[in-house]
Amino acid sequence: MQDFGAAFGLAFHLIATGNDNLVEIVLLSLKVSFSALTLSCLIGLPLGAFLVVRPFWGRGVVVAVLNAMMGLPPVVIGLLVYLSLSRAGPMGWLGLLYTPTAMIIAQTLLIAPIVAALARQVLEGLYTEYDEQFRSFGISRLRAAAALIVDGRYGLVTVALAGFGRAVAEVGAVIIVGGNIDHLTRVMTTAIALETSKGDLGMALALGIILMSIALGVNLAAGGLRAMAERQAYA
Amino acid sequence: MPESLRPRSAPPAAEPSAAPPAARLPEPSPRDRARPGALRVEGLALDAQGRRLVDIDHLALPAGGVTMVMGQNGAGKSLFLRLIHGLIAPSHGWISWGEVPCGPATRATQALVFQKPVLLRRSVAANVDFVLKARGLSRAARRERCAEMLARVGLEAHARQPARLLSGGEQQRLALARALAIRPQVLLLDEATASLDPASVLAIERIVTEAAEAGTKVIFITHDIGQARRLADDVAFLHRGRIAEHRPAAQFFLGPQSESALAYLEGRILL
Ligand SMILES: Nc1ncnc2c1ncn2[C@@H]1O[C@H](COP(=O)(O)OP(=O)(O)OP(=O)(O)O)[C@@H](O)[C@H]1O
Ligand SMILES: [Mg+2]
Repeated sequence: MQDFGAAFGLAFHLIATGNDNLVEIVLLSLKVSFSALTLSCLIGLPLGAFLVVRPFWGRGVVVAVLNAMMGLPPVVIGLLVYLSLSRAGPMGWLGLLYTPTAMIIAQTLLIAPIVAALARQVLEGLYTEYDEQFRSFGISRLRAAAALIVDGRYGLVTVALAGFGRAVAEVGAVIIVGGNIDHLTRVMTTAIALETSKGDLGMALALGIILMSIALGVNLAAGGLRAMAERQAYA
Repeated sequence: MPESLRPRSAPPAAEPSAAPPAARLPEPSPRDRARPGALRVEGLALDAQGRRLVDIDHLALPAGGVTMVMGQNGAGKSLFLRLIHGLIAPSHGWISWGEVPCGPATRATQALVFQKPVLLRRSVAANVDFVLKARGLSRAARRERCAEMLARVGLEAHARQPARLLSGGEQQRLALARALAIRPQVLLLDEATASLDPASVLAIERIVTEAAEAGTKVIFITHDIGQARRLADDVAFLHRGRIAEHRPAAQFFLGPQSESALAYLEGRILL
């Protein structure tokens, strides 16, 4: 068992020398979470905008369900995806279980509701301001939704970063559907869990430091964007 | 809020007015009544929280020229403008433009400049481009029209700047440029020159006059009595949601007949 100081020393050594294993895990993590984020934005931003510009019967219920889905436990999502992708499941024939694709699907299900719900909140505020002007222009709801996304872009980047942060830090779903297979589906969070239980604290800590730096970087980027938007009076 | 005002019954025939005849403009001829700028309002009422905010029994505006709408703060001028543009649905009543019921079709030929300009979070040019694109103009036509409109309100040097960094008066000028860009048949202005410097006020008034001369019906809310005198063909004076007086400008400024309009022009507050 290494002591705390030695673990830190090893962690910095691994990072500084660009350990192959470490780099591979970090890159896969980023690839999976960015893919999930891209899909979530493609689904969540139009959905959020649509919920704002299009009143329909039962919209309140849809919004409530969406807000509740923001708090879904990742393991439950992992379990549901596992059941659909496992050999006996409805989509078992795709053979996706224990692949990065399965992890992307699980993370997308996890953060798409978050992106949609937060986007709806951001765009709703904008829409109360634009609503009458848009109706005066006589623009279609589709165009109104698109314009909201464009004009709310800075707020939405913050939304996307929140979704990314949640995806990249999540462990429950990816470990169930990915299986934490070395060189294939091992990402930062699952590797940290494994290395810690194996007692390889240096590797675990190195990954932990990188994960925290990513979270910090994401938040700094969000703050920087917000400041820039405010300077340009776009916020 | 309903998208449009859908009449449930045919418009009632214009009834002879109860007020003294001199306080009313002569009814427009049948030919004028069919023009898109001819507003007709019958039995219009808007209630909110147990208050009747707008209550206009009958009003017919001439199809062309400039109608100035005046009245104290809270008289219901802005609500009236939004009602006739079809942005809010009345509690009762009938509104038509050139005998077409007020709705999306009439709104498409009109432009409203709001009391507080609502500018998109984009560049000045992109704000004008947005409405033109929604009207389906080609890219080349949009670019040309955009440059033309910005030059007309003296904002051509600001085309690339974020619209929300413009000064208050510049924002109003942009809102006007954007409204005129679609070449509306009816131009609705809610205190569109309220925060402009004197030279800009005159420049805007010239643009408005030009538009009116080119056939656009202008309905203009103002608190600036001098401006009303300069622009008005007729004046509609609102007091507590009612049309206290609607007369040709010359007569109105010679001596208003309603106590409320007289008080307003003299600078007294009548409650
Ligand atoms: N949604 C609403 N609910 C309740 N009252 C309202 C609502 N909108 C406006 N009012 C009230 O209706 C009255 C008329 O408002 P309006 O904005 O038309 O005034 P205005 O004549 O344009 O005044 P100003 O000269 O200050 O612009 C005001 O007393 C206002 O408080
Ligand atoms: Mg007003």
